[in-house]
Amino acid sequence: MATVIDTHDDHHDHGPAKGLMRWVTTTNHKDIGTLYLIFALIMFMVGGAMAMVIRLELFQPGLQFVDPGFFNQMTTVHALVMIFGGVMPAFVGLANWMLPIMIGGPDMALPRMNNWSFWILPFAFAMLLSTFFMDGGAPAGGWTIYPPLVLQGGNGFPFMIFAIHMMGISSVMGAINVIVTILNMRAPGMTLMKMPLFVWTWFITAYLLIAVMPVLAGAVTMLLTDRFYDTTFFNAAGGGDPVLFQHIFWFFGHPEVYILILPAFGVVSEIIPTFARKPLFGYSSMVYATSSIAFLSFIVWAHHMFTVGLPLQGELFFMYATMLIAVPTGVKVFNWISTMWKGSMTFETPMLFAIGFVIMFTIGGFSGLMLAIAPADFQYHDTYFVVAHFHYVLVTGAVYSIMAAAYYWLPKWTGHMYNEKHGQWHFWISTVSVNVLFFPQHFLGLAGMPRRIPDYSVQFAEFNMWSSIGGFVFGLSQVFFCYIVYKTIKGGEKATDQVWEGAVGLEWTLSSPPPYHSFTEAPEIK
Amino acid sequence: MIKLKQLFASGAVLTFMSSVAHADYALNMPVGVTETSRQIYDLHMLILWVCVVIAVVVFGAMIYSMIYHRKSRGAVAAQFHESMTAELVWTIIPFVILVVMAIPATNVLIDMHDSSEADMTIKVTGYQWKWRYEYIDEDVSFFSSLDAASNAARQVGSDIDPATVENYLLNVDHPLVIPVGKKVRFLLTAADVIHSWWVPDFGWKKDAIPGFINEAWVIVDEPGVYRGQCAELCGRDHGFMPIVVEVKSEADYAAWLVAQKAAAVAAKLAAIEDLHPRELKRKGKKVYRANCVACHQKKGEGIAGVFPAITDSPVATGDINSHINLVMNGKAGTAMAAFKDQLSDVELAAVITYQRNSLGNKVGDAVQPAEIAALR
Repeated sequence: MATVIDTHDDHHDHGPAKGLMRWVTTTNHKDIGTLYLIFALIMFMVGGAMAMVIRLELFQPGLQFVDPGFFNQMTTVHALVMIFGGVMPAFVGLANWMLPIMIGGPDMALPRMNNWSFWILPFAFAMLLSTFFMDGGAPAGGWTIYPPLVLQGGNGFPFMIFAIHMMGISSVMGAINVIVTILNMRAPGMTLMKMPLFVWTWFITAYLLIAVMPVLAGAVTMLLTDRFYDTTFFNAAGGGDPVLFQHIFWFFGHPEVYILILPAFGVVSEIIPTFARKPLFGYSSMVYATSSIAFLSFIVWAHHMFTVGLPLQGELFFMYATMLIAVPTGVKVFNWISTMWKGSMTFETPMLFAIGFVIMFTIGGFSGLMLAIAPADFQYHDTYFVVAHFHYVLVTGAVYSIMAAAYYWLPKWTGHMYNEKHGQWHFWISTVSVNVLFFPQHFLGLAGMPRRIPDYSVQFAEFNMWSSIGGFVFGLSQVFFCYIVYKTIKGGEKATDQVWEGAVGLEWTLSSPPPYHSFTEAPEIK
Repeated sequence: MIKLKQLFASGAVLTFMSSVAHADYALNMPVGVTETSRQIYDLHMLILWVCVVIAVVVFGAMIYSMIYHRKSRGAVAAQFHESMTAELVWTIIPFVILVVMAIPATNVLIDMHDSSEADMTIKVTGYQWKWRYEYIDEDVSFFSSLDAASNAARQVGSDIDPATVENYLLNVDHPLVIPVGKKVRFLLTAADVIHSWWVPDFGWKKDAIPGFINEAWVIVDEPGVYRGQCAELCGRDHGFMPIVVEVKSEADYAAWLVAQKAAAVAAKLAAIEDLHPRELKRKGKKVYRANCVACHQKKGEGIAGVFPAITDSPVATGDINSHINLVMNGKAGTAMAAFKDQLSDVELAAVITYQRNSLGNKVGDAVQPAEIAALR
């Protein structure tokens, strides 16, 4: 299939349509990629604003600003927006932009579906955010939407459910498109084991998405019928089981966290070799490690549920399986370091973010390993230790890789170099503040502060104040990031095709910015 | 100029030192007061140090590489890019470390699951937002909620400095009392949504799930007061349902048990007497502030869409029997709990009377404790 690339299409307008309708009706992978990325950036700022409210209330003990009910809405919607509106669309945006180019194809395989899967999202999030203006407010039962609590919600509840359905449909369509594109649109000679690692990690992520998003859809539909149609899937009084929901949710939820991180692995595996001027170490073991992580992600879900009262055998199984994930993850980290080893490194902003990713994601990995130890998890579970853990892997992990990718490919996308000095400032301010923000949360959790509380005992005051200050600075530095991106789109030093001295890959053979239909003739693969 | 700098520096150091000296914050997991909690602490420290050692090696290699293998130092990139040996080494060594970690973890887990041969059993039920403790075989049971001082200080805009409240948010009106050195088995469940019972000094938390019963146990070594909190998001006041356990010597515990039983008898006797409506209203206000205010709000206005108002509500101004029924039995599918298990006859009579004749309502009738007792 990969050989069939039509180079004799008969339409001659190779440029985009003009005006607003270009963006509404576009089927071009780069346009849709841009839409996804801008949407993700907006959602990142919206979710960030909610985080600011949370950190403001937690700045000192006592309730100064918000009602506890509203605080719960903030934590819940912050998570939903960041996961489904920030990180996932950002990676889909990167996939849209880069996959066809990296495999030497003209576009995504299913361009109309591509348009639709993006345009569902703004409506889904408009629906989710509109719940703030409804009686009873936004959902406040946590992003994990555990029944029976979530069933107590106000009128916003069904809107949240349908918003999740729409996000799921969008994700599944995006994933189908990725798989079809990778399997069918590769240039002649681009065998699977020659694909860039970013393509590989997205390929695997797409299968994870198709496997688990329908599971989430099923779970939330059961919530809907429990609330409105008198079913009792999750109600013990009718023969159901509240814990059943948690099993289904985490069967989705654990692969979901790898959906959020595998593309990040891919990004970092592109960037480190470029700036080390040295090929990626252990390419094939990276592919196998990614596949192993994806497989293991399906059999570890109950480690989120060690305290629900699983039988001993269950706890042992899920503890061992979870610990096992450390092995392929370790392989990845060791391979990145070996790639850097004896390289000839320079430290432009993408490299800084990539190295920041490796170090801080590994810190999150360490706390993950600690959390895997079931007896110790009885102490860690549902405390700020967990909050620190998943923010290290998601903010300094997933989000850092997205930042790295943005700096790495912005010159290619826009044809302009970003301001390197600004980029370096952005990295250092973000990195110092994000550690002031999240590192003390380890101590808070160990000392006994539960998560999702709007107010706390005075013994936790000091670290919470540190954490809030770090949070405010980190938030501001992302406004600076928006400014840097805006300036780069508007103008700046002209980027070369090669952009980075050590860059290898098909994207660097195209002009900056690339032509509207990326590869209309199949490139030659060495 | 230099002097000024020194002054600042020493000042900063002093502030830091004094804040460390005065701080009652902790950096680490408590060692706790049970055999289990000590084992868990040891596991925690073991895995922590394993992580620290790996971190030093891994980050050390990275930092070395970043210093010496940079282009600005004239480093020329090598072109090696795979080694089967290296891949095998860094697959097998971590695997071995994990197996070594798993062995003690397994042993502790097996111990924790053995709740047999308990000396006594306490049933713990989570409610929004308080705990109920029932001493099985002892006919003693009571509710335990956030103490009044914390509750007053934690209201939005209360202007009470939390630092002036003793054990702010970690204190309750009726602590759980257990004897030292005895194996106490807990049966945990919930009446409405999922809660989680956690006292860090005991080393574990366990979810309290409606319709299901979980088991856990402790043998506490030292008498003392141990504090914890609900750990599973359970709605608006999740952050305000602490746990306090007083561990007493066996003799003190026995004396406490006798006093509890006597108090229960006295309360039953009190419920037979009729009270003046003014007295009912006075008591009712207290009950309302402790149990109803979180949802129905201070002036009975409720929160639109989720928690109905009491002021001018058809229930609180309509037929008194349906009002009593609603408060006693709750409303399925909503956050309105069945309060007949949570409140005494006197408290139920008082709060219903209060709701009908206060908060903007003026129905003029009253209900007596004996009438409530008859409905049970």
